[in-house]
Amino acid sequence: MAEARRLAIDVEGLNKSFGDKRVVKDLTIKVEEGRITGFLGPNGSGKTTTLRMICGLLTPDSGSGTCLGLDILKDARRIKRQTGYMTQKFSLYDDLTIAENLMFTARVYGLDRRRERVRDALEQLGLTQRRDQAAGTLSGGWKQRLALAACVLHEPKLLLLDEPTAGVDPKARRAFWDEIHALAGEGMTVMVSTHYMDEAERCHDIAYIAYGELIARGTAEEVIAQSKLATFRVEGPGADRLAREIGARPGVEMAAPFGMALHVSGPDRGALEAAIAPWRKPPLVWTEIEPTLEDVFIHLMNRSKDNW
Amino acid sequence: MFSSTRIFAVMVKEFTQLSRDRLTYAMILLLPIVQLMLFGYAINANPKHLPVAVMVQDHGPLARSVLQAMTNTGYFDIVEEATSSRELDHALESGKAQFTVTIPPDFSRKVVRGPDPSGLNGAPKGAQVLVEADASDPASTGPALAALSGLAQTALVHDLKGPLQPRQANQPFEVVLHARYNPENVSAYNIVPGLLGVVLSMTLVMMTALGMTRELERGTMEGLLATPVRPIEVMIGKLLPYIGIGLIQTVVILTLARVLFHVPFEGGWLALALGTALFIVGSLALGFLISTAAKSQLQAMQASFFYLLPSILLSGFAFPFRGMPAWAQAIGTILPVTHFLRVIRGALLKGLGTGESWPSLAALSAFVLVVTGLAMARYRTTLD
Ligand SMILES: Nc1ncnc2c1ncn2[C@@H]1O[C@H](COP(=O)(O)OP(=O)(O)OP(=O)(O)O)[C@@H](O)[C@H]1O
Ligand SMILES: [Mg+2]
Repeated sequence: MAEARRLAIDVEGLNKSFGDKRVVKDLTIKVEEGRITGFLGPNGSGKTTTLRMICGLLTPDSGSGTCLGLDILKDARRIKRQTGYMTQKFSLYDDLTIAENLMFTARVYGLDRRRERVRDALEQLGLTQRRDQAAGTLSGGWKQRLALAACVLHEPKLLLLDEPTAGVDPKARRAFWDEIHALAGEGMTVMVSTHYMDEAERCHDIAYIAYGELIARGTAEEVIAQSKLATFRVEGPGADRLAREIGARPGVEMAAPFGMALHVSGPDRGALEAAIAPWRKPPLVWTEIEPTLEDVFIHLMNRSKDNW
Repeated sequence: MFSSTRIFAVMVKEFTQLSRDRLTYAMILLLPIVQLMLFGYAINANPKHLPVAVMVQDHGPLARSVLQAMTNTGYFDIVEEATSSRELDHALESGKAQFTVTIPPDFSRKVVRGPDPSGLNGAPKGAQVLVEADASDPASTGPALAALSGLAQTALVHDLKGPLQPRQANQPFEVVLHARYNPENVSAYNIVPGLLGVVLSMTLVMMTALGMTRELERGTMEGLLATPVRPIEVMIGKLLPYIGIGLIQTVVILTLARVLFHVPFEGGWLALALGTALFIVGSLALGFLISTAAKSQLQAMQASFFYLLPSILLSGFAFPFRGMPAWAQAIGTILPVTHFLRVIRGALLKGLGTGESWPSLAALSAFVLVVTGLAMARYRTTLD
């Protein structure tokens, strides 16, 4: 039997309200050391709030747990020392230069060999030439890379990244993810929130949260399998234009065009087949497929809205 | 307890940001200079040729010389020669004259005889010129009164010759000033040191309050809170550069006060230094406290003004403290500026040291402790 891996994050029953709005509800989540966990969920679902509670920036109303083996309620300062948290909004100083920002971070964490570390970080980033440029004048992609560099300067054990690649072009995003995988390879645990499906697929694990509740957890395959969603792909002349018509049928949860084809899915296989029966004839070609992560997430979103 | 590296980190960062912000330079240098010039202009707004009512009861040549010397200063125009003190009072009350000057009947005799050294007739009392001033407009009376005080030494230089020569050594007569309508005598000299209190409050409270809320607004606060830095380290690191700013302003204002407005520096250096240090630190801590409550820079600005207005109006800066109604005095007493003004005016104008100024210094210390304590208690290491 394989030895159970240690948990980097192990929190239970977290709750948080702002005013009378309950933003995070009884959230329990465990993250194994050394894994990259994608944290997904619609806007306002409580991702940022959850990350903030894990790293001690917000106090949960109730609930408990540990982060890196330390109590999230009592040991916030020690957790902060070993955690790198990259905020959703750029939180370095716009009016300081790139090098000054890194130096500030190095000092605040009380690191040794500061000059060396900053120089190495600059070199790794490829920003040595622009070290004296104000951070605020960097482009979006560079800002995010700089922010990541600042977060890992103190060699944290846990990295919490809040939508680190929002608004970043595909090439820079790929570079960013290569970096994340390299860090995880060194043993760092990473929890990263994102809205991009391709990024979700790059994670070891996925946690899906909606309206403050964790509603799916596991690897991408597990999450897809758990959803029990039936999906058909229909191709043929005019297939992509049937979305509205088919989507309105009972038993069909969504019908979304993908290029010239259409994906039709629903939670109940029987009901779905009954719904699409009238169109199941040539020239249209129907094939049953695995739902994509996106299909599953939209399904999960719809379902939790019904429960709302 | 706390780490000097982290304090240093915050301080260097703050200092670098300040040095890149033009507004800072404007606040540090322009604000005090502009304020001083504004008040300086008020002080110098042709304070000459002020109307004087005189009552001369001694008809000797010495009395005439005194009056002549007075007119020669250019500050005074004799508009009325009264024959009774009732007439004099009326001239002052009606505003016809801003000063009254009385030369008593025995003036010449006393000048010639000099103060009774034996002290047989009670305390040795020399010749006197009695001056009453309407000090309700202190900006204009200040320099005139100063000129008047200098008169005693110079007015009779030409009269006291020959055997009377030795009478010149000491002041041959005394100018007894009595300021009316303004018992605390808020003079121009009072205003310039007072300005130090106002400028320091304005700059320091507002700059720190804005500086902290700016971090909140820009989102850099979240990044800062995610690091292991402690509240006291943030506070010390952030405030140190501003202490420097406060000191620069103090030096600028005091230098200008001395060079341009000839404000006397009587002494009390220790009291002055202590009072200034306490006031600077307290004002900064107050700005920090405001920032723990304000959600935006606008709110921080409003809260700063809420503090600044009474500080200007009720501290004894704009109006004489004892002339204010009891409730206003009560508010004034809890304002740190009030106590700072007492210390600094006491030191500059009267040479009062820590011995005399301790109640105000104690009040300032209490202010620093309370506000720092509150700021620390309110500062959150979380975003809740
Ligand atoms: N400090 C706060 N005060 C009041 N409401 C808040 C606060 N922070 C978050 N909220 C609310 O809590 C809810 C969850 O916010 P949160 O930022 O955690 O969502 P999110 O999943 O990160 O969303 P997004 O994908 O848009 O970043 C939102 O409705 C938000 O308006
Ligand atoms: Mg968010």
